[in-house]
Amino acid sequence: MVGHITTKPWCSSRVEGVTVQISAPFDYARATSVDDAIALLDKFGEESRVIAGGHSLLPMMKLRLARPEALVDINELDELSYITDEGDHVRIGAMTRHYQLIESPILARRFPIFADAGKVIADPLVRNRGTIGGSLCQADPGEDLTAVCIVLDATVVLRGPNGERTLGMSEFHRGPYETAAEHNEILVELRVPIRPSSGSAYEKVERRVGDYAVAASGAAVSLAADGTIAEIGIGLAAVGLDERPAEAEAVLRGKTPTDELIASAAKLTSVAVEPIDDLRGTADYKRHLAEELTKRVIALAIARAKGAQA
Amino acid sequence: MTHISVEINGQRVERDIDPRVLLVHFLRDDLGMTGTHWGCDTTNCGTCAVLLDGKPVKSCTVLAVMADGHAVRTVEGLEVGGELDPIQQGFMEEHGLQCGFCTPGMLVTGRALLDANPHPTEGEIREAISGQICRCTGYSTIVRSIQWAADHPVGITNGQAQKEEVTA
Repeated sequence: MVGHITTKPWCSSRVEGVTVQISAPFDYARATSVDDAIALLDKFGEESRVIAGGHSLLPMMKLRLARPEALVDINELDELSYITDEGDHVRIGAMTRHYQLIESPILARRFPIFADAGKVIADPLVRNRGTIGGSLCQADPGEDLTAVCIVLDATVVLRGPNGERTLGMSEFHRGPYETAAEHNEILVELRVPIRPSSGSAYEKVERRVGDYAVAASGAAVSLAADGTIAEIGIGLAAVGLDERPAEAEAVLRGKTPTDELIASAAKLTSVAVEPIDDLRGTADYKRHLAEELTKRVIALAIARAKGAQA
Repeated sequence: MTHISVEINGQRVERDIDPRVLLVHFLRDDLGMTGTHWGCDTTNCGTCAVLLDGKPVKSCTVLAVMADGHAVRTVEGLEVGGELDPIQQGFMEEHGLQCGFCTPGMLVTGRALLDANPHPTEGEIREAISGQICRCTGYSTIVRSIQWAADHPVGITNGQAQKEEVTA
């Protein structure tokens, strides 16, 4: 099988001859600050990569799907681990780990979608290592937090040798495994706008606990004083849609939500997605899930927004 | 080679290692600590779980160099002074293992759960071990074993299982 090599001299004789999966050699440096990390990326050059939780990158390196010449380890950068409520937006440091997203009282109050999504990412042990910045930069098409950030209209802060720049998710997220981050730029922070009387939710169907999504959908709504929907965001994972389904959102924006309108928005969402047949399910099945899950999360987001209003 | 200094079960260990060595191989092959099992190698089965600064992680997906300066606790670190940890006693009392392959990961994850949440519900126990695969027990006896340890926080002393209300 690709990626299997025999053991190297560091292995003791007890396991000599056993086939193990080990990455190709690479240089390693541990960054002491974000600026140090950027300098290290510049020093090591184009073929170096940042490693955060490593739960996507290390498996890819074992399989030779990724073969960086150097890793810059940012796990010690506590300066990137925080969640703060700024009143009109929440700042989330890129090294905030998945379990911290689930446990955060600020996110539970402002954006319950993070806990919904966090609890269905991999398993508790993986969530002890995985980070929100790593998830977004990996940009796996089945990845949940990218969809969450699209739903919430989050802004990404990238820092490089020439300072910081902020990008909306539509600029940052270019598609499967591709983002706007340059080689020597580090995602340092997410900024999520707080909207009044808002609620959010995420739901995913997976084949078994811990798997990537067969399909997943998230929604966030903000209600006006008269009960109409002032703002709505919808986002999906694993069904070939990197943008928000504008036509579906337009059905509900400015309207008093009804079951019929929600169903109509969900139907339009299922038309906008472009899932493929793969080992997780057929395109038809995923399209069905996109519709059903979108219907559920819009209804739940509205219910939560009303709870926030009450 | 990169020089690392890791606290393993309370003892400082220093080595020069190749950065690509995984924590599981560092423990098993460099240090001869084979209590931590090496299973799927793909972050799925969880038998390689160890505690990194008290949190269970899959050591097949952590580089040993990433543990530099941190504390690692393995299944070998559960027993103290010849006394088994209550979590280990629970697995004996409630038959928490058959083949034993998943057991080291289950034990350290159970220990971390009880350290953070001394009175978990059955649902919380099942959630805590959901990153680990057991192909013998159907999980029921593992859940009961962890519950036993929660009910007996000081375990068995002088041949008597000490229930919490007795010792509290």
